[in-house]
Amino acid sequence: MVEFLSFRDGEATQEPAVTVESFTGQSNSTAVRIEAGEDARELLPYLDRLSLVEVNFPAYGDGRGYSAARILRESGYQGELRAVGDVLVDQINAMRRCGFDSFHPAKPLDDAAVERALNRYADVYQKTIDGRQPVWAKRHPEKIDG
Amino acid sequence: MYRYDSYDQSIVDARVEEFRDQVQRRLTGALTEDQFKPLRLMNGLYLQLHAYMLRVAIPYGTLSGKQMRKLGEIAAKYDKGYGHFTTRQNLQYNWIKLADAPDILAELATVEMHAIQTSGNCIRNISSDQYAGVSADEVADPRPWAELLRQWSSFHPEFTYLPRKFKICVIASDDDRAAMKLHDIGLKLVSKDGVIGAEVYAGGGMGRTPMVAPQIRDFVPEEEIVSYLEACLRVYNRYGRRDNKYKARIKILVHEIGVEEYKRQVEEEFAHMRELGLNPPTEELDRIRAFFAAPAYETGLSEAIDRADPAFALWVDRQVAAHKAPGYAIVNISLKPLTGIPGDASAEQIELVATLAEQYSLDELRVTHAQNLVLPHVRKADLYAIWQKLDEAGLAEANLDLITDIIACPGLDYCALANARSIPLAQKIAQRFADAERQTELGELKLKISGCINACGHHHAGHIGILGVDRKGVENFQLLLGGSGAEDASLGQITGPGFSEDGVVDAIEKVTDIYLAERTDGERFLDTYRRIGMKPFKEAIYG
Amino acid sequence: MKILTGNDLVSGDVIWWAGDGWSRQVGDSVDVGDHGEDLARTEEAALRVVGAYVIDATVTDEGVRPAHIKDRIRALGPTVRPDLNLKPNDADAGNWVI
Repeated sequence: MVEFLSFRDGEATQEPAVTVESFTGQSNSTAVRIEAGEDARELLPYLDRLSLVEVNFPAYGDGRGYSAARILRESGYQGELRAVGDVLVDQINAMRRCGFDSFHPAKPLDDAAVERALNRYADVYQKTIDGRQPVWAKRHPEKIDG
Repeated sequence: MYRYDSYDQSIVDARVEEFRDQVQRRLTGALTEDQFKPLRLMNGLYLQLHAYMLRVAIPYGTLSGKQMRKLGEIAAKYDKGYGHFTTRQNLQYNWIKLADAPDILAELATVEMHAIQTSGNCIRNISSDQYAGVSADEVADPRPWAELLRQWSSFHPEFTYLPRKFKICVIASDDDRAAMKLHDIGLKLVSKDGVIGAEVYAGGGMGRTPMVAPQIRDFVPEEEIVSYLEACLRVYNRYGRRDNKYKARIKILVHEIGVEEYKRQVEEEFAHMRELGLNPPTEELDRIRAFFAAPAYETGLSEAIDRADPAFALWVDRQVAAHKAPGYAIVNISLKPLTGIPGDASAEQIELVATLAEQYSLDELRVTHAQNLVLPHVRKADLYAIWQKLDEAGLAEANLDLITDIIACPGLDYCALANARSIPLAQKIAQRFADAERQTELGELKLKISGCINACGHHHAGHIGILGVDRKGVENFQLLLGGSGAEDASLGQITGPGFSEDGVVDAIEKVTDIYLAERTDGERFLDTYRRIGMKPFKEAIYG
Repeated sequence: MKILTGNDLVSGDVIWWAGDGWSRQVGDSVDVGDHGEDLARTEEAALRVVGAYVIDATVTDEGVRPAHIKDRIRALGPTVRPDLNLKPNDADAGNWVI
């Protein structure tokens, strides 16, 4: 079983994450935690100094964190993006696609199940910021740069 | 028709294996029911009143003969010999064993079908016009768009845990045969300066708070539809209510913040989204479109129909619609025999329709939201042969859009959510109005029954609607008048206090009597109701 | 009386707690008293039942009768398919649920 998963090079950020409110109100923190319902765009002016954004999933069915993650990545955030809370193995793949690169689930995950989940789908239909070529790009390689 | 390429097939095959793994984990106890439930729902597997129920997606209601045959085979092999066509153009099996579900999905995958996202708080099967590609009045065949959206919505990583389910409909005619404005998002294809695009409607739906969707954009060019929908969905995913499941549909968000504010937020998000390169190139829509190119219709066909057999002539007048190609017709097959179950078809009937599609309809058929079937490309010269075969199989009822062509949800006979039985009531109404002349005299009259407030039977959109409720443990039925799911969409109004099962049948008879007495030339029931209002009907019912 | 019902995990069949195991026949149901919830948890953990819940029922001349119509329909089967319900030879079976 695995309690923390990272897909980043190097060590995970250790700094404790502060709330969005206290982060935007002070200048020295580099780690912030977004709760479901908080606006990820509030962080956009500070992306350069952030090294960790934690996005909390209070329940697996609360999908707001997927949008938060994509918004941050679409806006150029390069630091660690960590999913925390009720994160289940069957969701890891979608979370990776939305830009999460580390996971700290409330309940540990089975390593083998994680491996299977991440390698299950060779192809994807949507373009996201994860860099994977969607099926439509593979179908029309001449139309797609790179 | 669309055919999978190796990418589509590999994704569906991977889904089968993923679900096999999930079922295995459940059967060995590695997953509790609480953990398994969202996973099985994402694949259309419910635990219903009597057993597991599997909902199979029929994308935009289009099937080949081979696919239909497979649906019949599965009904015979894994179920109790029948299936139920739903108001979302899907098919449900009522008696599935959990251990069989992965094998059923594997069989479906062999004919390019699946049950992906037929439940759960995600983007559901895309619905469309059952006459797509064959009606003369459409701007374009809407199905290439629907297929593009099927692919875009399948396993969308951001929109799999929405506040609530999300239903999208695509049509391309002024005549709305798919209840487009009662979807979370409805798209109507239009042509503007020679460019195809879509009018977009958002926030429609039935359920306990029915709403007709307002228009939120008069034109999205076809090459930007994906990024525009991403914007619509993102705003909903972020701001749709999650504190109360009954207020979580997009219609509540649009209603609470106002359509102008929702539009503003979508436009803001769209301005961002359209810069991200999310839209497939036009070549991809062209690729899909090629699959839906008009088939090679024969030319020089006769327009004549031999009407010597009066039963056949009656059926032709009621069930056959105009086709855009000379010598061809559209055949509507009623799944509403007077003593039958609306939408149900036996394995043998499914098999027969598959064969008819292959023999007479260029290997294609459709499912309608009114729970009927369509053979879209039939030579007029073949109509009599088709009718004879349908008649032998109990499928030649001539009641399209008449009072006995009843939409009914499965109700308390099958559904764990229901408060009252819909099907026995549908049967009683059908028997009361069984006389063919009487039905024809009443004309177009869409009667829709739901067994609970979730409105799977579209009662809000019925010219006459019926809602089953539980009154102290006894089934009770409320009557609604004046709804429509068509281009003139409107929501029915409740007449007053509810009725017993027999009482509501009597009330409907009184309502139709008022209509017959009050109508002017050419008025449908709905037109008369709209002209004279609720009062005369109410007086007749409760007098 | 209180009786316990649910669905068989593997087949999905409607089942009733009969004291020493599960039965397909509502008539085999036994009074579970205050133990229904515990029993449901134990049996669910043992993978013998899914969605187990306790309901009110009475004993009549015709046997055990669930208090609510929904559970009577579960006990009988769909009233519109007498060929599939649990009393296929009883033409009057549909009235039992009302």
